[in-house]
Amino acid sequence: MSQDTMRIGDFEFTSRLLVGTGKYETYELMRDALAETGCQVVTVAVRRERMIDAGGRNIMDFLDPDRYTLLPNTAGCFTAEDAVRTARLGRELLEGIENPGARWVKLEVLGDTKTLLPDPIGTLEALKVLKDEDFTVLCYTSDDPIMARRLKDAGADSVMPAGSPIGSGQGVLNPWNIRIILEQLKDGSPDYPVIVDAGVGTASDVTMAMELGADGVLLNTGIAGAGDPMAMARAMKLAVESGLLAAGAGRIPRKLYATASSPIEGVIGAEN
Amino acid sequence: MRARAHNGAVRIKINGKWTEHDEGLTVAGLLAALEFDARRVAVERNAVIVRRKTFDRTVLVDNDELEIVTLVGGG
Repeated sequence: MSQDTMRIGDFEFTSRLLVGTGKYETYELMRDALAETGCQVVTVAVRRERMIDAGGRNIMDFLDPDRYTLLPNTAGCFTAEDAVRTARLGRELLEGIENPGARWVKLEVLGDTKTLLPDPIGTLEALKVLKDEDFTVLCYTSDDPIMARRLKDAGADSVMPAGSPIGSGQGVLNPWNIRIILEQLKDGSPDYPVIVDAGVGTASDVTMAMELGADGVLLNTGIAGAGDPMAMARAMKLAVESGLLAAGAGRIPRKLYATASSPIEGVIGAEN
Repeated sequence: MRARAHNGAVRIKINGKWTEHDEGLTVAGLLAALEFDARRVAVERNAVIVRRKTFDRTVLVDNDELEIVTLVGGG
């Protein structure tokens, strides 16, 4: 993947952060924090319109559709059928506001409410249907390398392995699996986008994911739930940039023993 | 299967709740009655999407089940 851009299907972005819009205390804070991250992609969910007027505020009043590419998710879906229906509704909504995000979807088919772990079978089923309907599909999945490969082979435009459970703040729990996924999915297609999604708790989690070789990181709670979301948003922006730079800078190897940084010769008092 | 509504009315399920409306009501008319902004919602009728440009000529009938959705915050 070029240092300059991240490509997912026909979409191309310079920012490697994808940021969620959920769980903010206010829409104003959400709007400002998103701007602070410098992200170009924000995720949104699709839900029933409320039958009673609760102040009449709509999230679209706080998300500039010209600035952001909205990425609708299928969060809350526990069956392939519900996920497919939700994806179609998301497309319809984004076509209504003429946002380029009408062509893509973040596919989540969940296995249970407590862990919010993905149901791999439902995810694969829904992926196939959505690809037949010309969606660009970003697949939320676990860090299981076999499942990641199955999703890519079935046409996923991006595979998004979880670092840890959604909202858990545990960061990347199994960097070895993430590395295996990166190596196997990029074998022969080095630009295939792999995005770490879920569980990001703080800035170093983002940097770690980028240093492993991820193309991007998707997070929501890490910013929305922080004590100071504006400061954390800025930290995340810096973290993803530093991680990307470090990943391309050719780090030194890890060694068991020391190698001195200062010259060995010319030390005073040495015997010849 | 629910009992048929009295003459001149249709029973429609909207977002999980059954309600009664006048016969001949269109999707556009329903959205207006609910004070929903038609540009900010998507409508599914009996699990099939109703395209926005057909809102004003899609007539709702007895036992129709609608999902009317909008974008909200999420990760």
